[in-house]
Amino acid sequence: MIIDIKNLNYIYNPNTPFEKKALDNVNISINEGDFIGLIGHTGSGKSTLVQHLNGLMKPTSGSIIVDGINISEKGSSLREVRHKVGLVFQYPEHQLFEESVYKDIAFGPKNLGLDDKEIDKRIKDAMELVGLDFESLKDRSPFELSGGQKRRVAIAGVIAMKPKVLVLDEPTAGLDPYGRDEILDEIKDLFKKEGITIILVSHSMEDVARLVDRILVMDKGRLVMDDTTREVFKRAPELEKIGLGIPQITKFMRRFKEKGNNIDDNILTVEEAKEELLKFLRRKKDA
Amino acid sequence: MNDEVMIRLENVSYEYKSYVDDSIQTAVNDVSLEIKKGEFLCILGHNGSGKSTMAKMMNGLLFPTSGQVTVMGINTRDEDKIWDIRSKAGMVFQNPDNQIVATIVEEDVAFGPENLGLPPGEIRRRVDEALEIVEMSEYKKHAPHLLSGGQKQRVAIAGILAMNPDCIIFDEPTAMLDPNGRIEVMGTIKKLNEVEGKTIVLITHYMEETVDADRIIVMNKGEIALQGTPREVFSQVDKVKGLGLDVPQVTELVYELRKEGINIKYDVLSVEELVDIL
Amino acid sequence: MLKDITIGQYFPGDSIVHKLDPRIKIIIIGLFIASLFLIDSFLPYIFIVLFIGTVIKVAKLPLKFILKGIKPLVFIIMITLAINIFMTKGEVLFYIGPLTVSKEGLYTAAFMALRLIFLITGTSLLTLTTSPIALTDGIEKLLNPFKRLGLPAHELAMMMTIALRFIPTLLEETDKIMKAQMARGADFESGNILNRAKNLIPLLVPLFINAFRRADELATAMEARCYRGGENRTRLNELRLKKTDIVVMTSMIIYFALIVSTRYIDL
Repeated sequence: MIIDIKNLNYIYNPNTPFEKKALDNVNISINEGDFIGLIGHTGSGKSTLVQHLNGLMKPTSGSIIVDGINISEKGSSLREVRHKVGLVFQYPEHQLFEESVYKDIAFGPKNLGLDDKEIDKRIKDAMELVGLDFESLKDRSPFELSGGQKRRVAIAGVIAMKPKVLVLDEPTAGLDPYGRDEILDEIKDLFKKEGITIILVSHSMEDVARLVDRILVMDKGRLVMDDTTREVFKRAPELEKIGLGIPQITKFMRRFKEKGNNIDDNILTVEEAKEELLKFLRRKKDA
Repeated sequence: MNDEVMIRLENVSYEYKSYVDDSIQTAVNDVSLEIKKGEFLCILGHNGSGKSTMAKMMNGLLFPTSGQVTVMGINTRDEDKIWDIRSKAGMVFQNPDNQIVATIVEEDVAFGPENLGLPPGEIRRRVDEALEIVEMSEYKKHAPHLLSGGQKQRVAIAGILAMNPDCIIFDEPTAMLDPNGRIEVMGTIKKLNEVEGKTIVLITHYMEETVDADRIIVMNKGEIALQGTPREVFSQVDKVKGLGLDVPQVTELVYELRKEGINIKYDVLSVEELVDIL
Repeated sequence: MLKDITIGQYFPGDSIVHKLDPRIKIIIIGLFIASLFLIDSFLPYIFIVLFIGTVIKVAKLPLKFILKGIKPLVFIIMITLAINIFMTKGEVLFYIGPLTVSKEGLYTAAFMALRLIFLITGTSLLTLTTSPIALTDGIEKLLNPFKRLGLPAHELAMMMTIALRFIPTLLEETDKIMKAQMARGADFESGNILNRAKNLIPLLVPLFINAFRRADELATAMEARCYRGGENRTRLNELRLKKTDIVVMTSMIIYFALIVSTRYIDL
């Protein structure tokens, strides 16, 4: 187990009229090699939860143990925790500040106190992982790149710290479908090739359905579902009740089954739907 | 919708100098287009396809390097009438934070009419009406920074409505919003078209938002690559995907099934439609 | 900490103080400040306290709010106290190490510290009871006569409005960027002053760049909404002097004149 969250509570502005419970008795254990989707609408506590994972926020009560380090214990090394858990915020391109792509990506590794040779290697690796050409881009100013490239520089800056767990808060927000697919493919590669544990915060059910193995659903500060992707999307009515949807294709298959057609409606992608429908249509033809 | 033309683009091109290497870039290349009064037109395209530049030329924020843009018959180059054009063709931008000027909702909505020099009584009437239409009346005394993204964007829309435009151009109004905010804003936009009779130009890269449009234009490399009703456009699944865009999942499913030799009609846009067909 | 500063914060209400024309309020606070600097003894402070107390009472401002406004400035008040205690020469009362404390020193220190506290509370009374919009409107109108001398009254007011509008947005953004850089191992909390200043670069550069981007977008949005400066612009809520405004203003002029006149009377 790499992250163990027990009875986590977080209250904003405690003991004032503005008191607000943002996290309500959350329990999660995350294993190494998990690919997790974290969903919930705005204000459900997702962002607060994510910021607890690397000690940017401290629990009001409860405990979070990251790879053996209890983040709320006095004297525990937050630096080490932040090294283990990399966090990519929403619109990460807004935090770029250096004069060159190289220097910007180097910021994190430098803060880890690595030597220049190791930093250089990490920058090369990170840029390759996010699909940025090292030679042609390293000396460019990050500010003159395209939106999608900027975002990838920012993500590379976190990857270069070689975290064991990578948390991405809506990494595709504001991108067009092409840019979105590129980033998602790179995240998938990171998971497959580098074996990094990934937590993907997303609003897009289609993306989550396509990528992750396990889904955590937050609502009003509570963790309301924690299961495999398939199991979670089976509970469509519950998801809809808390203002979340299911992928259009899943919705279609459910509706089609409701009409009395004998099919498996536990479908997450267009590809799966095609296979299932072809089987169904052939059966119908044979009968 | 009637035959009166709201906005007309005639052989419009837009060129600019690149920051990086001073080379001349073409953002829009020889586009001709007519937008009818009351039409709901969507302009789709990936980032850098020229769709935003085209929008900014529609209300005189940018001028074409060649060709003509006319709004209700007025050329956008006509400097004396530029304010008429901007009040007739209002524009809502992507980032709701960066278009709200005042610290109180109703004061912000009043900003446009104040600039038009209307008497206070008339401004009051328009502000109240605009907030009513976007369903934000109860927030009129609130500070905008405490609102949700969808609410902020609706305030921005009210700010444009208060200028009493015939046409509203939306430049990726939902790109920075969460799903709920997106639904709120899309609901408002459709209402403006259907109930208020406003001409709508919606620029977006979310295909879900375009299925109710009268017409879709897909831009690529500064040119119109595809054009037609949502059905006509999305049924060309390969072409749309090749232009870096999505089609609805059910449309894609139909396309895949047809490839496997299943004979069903190809232009399907919604879940219900497909359930009925199969 | 930033949110503790009440200067510039508006406390909504609909008391007579809140409803007073902002121009009148600005003038009254101007008179208040002027008299504060003209007073040369402790006794007239009673009238100052009376003024502040009455306004707080009538405007129904919570006392806690006022005290909270003084808190961030305690440091400055302490420095004022220290400087005046130790730097004023006079009848020596006692010594602290090499420093002397005189009777006059204590007197001046107390006098100055009180002046500072009154100054802070007085000005915060204005901002607490006047919405930023009304305040900028008031300033714009008061500065209007100076337009002929080339003073850009409207532009100044518009800049203030936009600044007020974007302060919360930028604070939020600062917090976000700070956290994002901390996630990359940045340290904003330790080291000497020089190091700390250097460590702020990853925060300040993005903050400025984003602010410029915002400014650029806002300018385009304002242009799209037909903004073309103050010329021919009307307002949703036009300022109009009411009878109460005149009455309050006249009585306040008399009140502060009386306070200042204590200077010339031997008490």
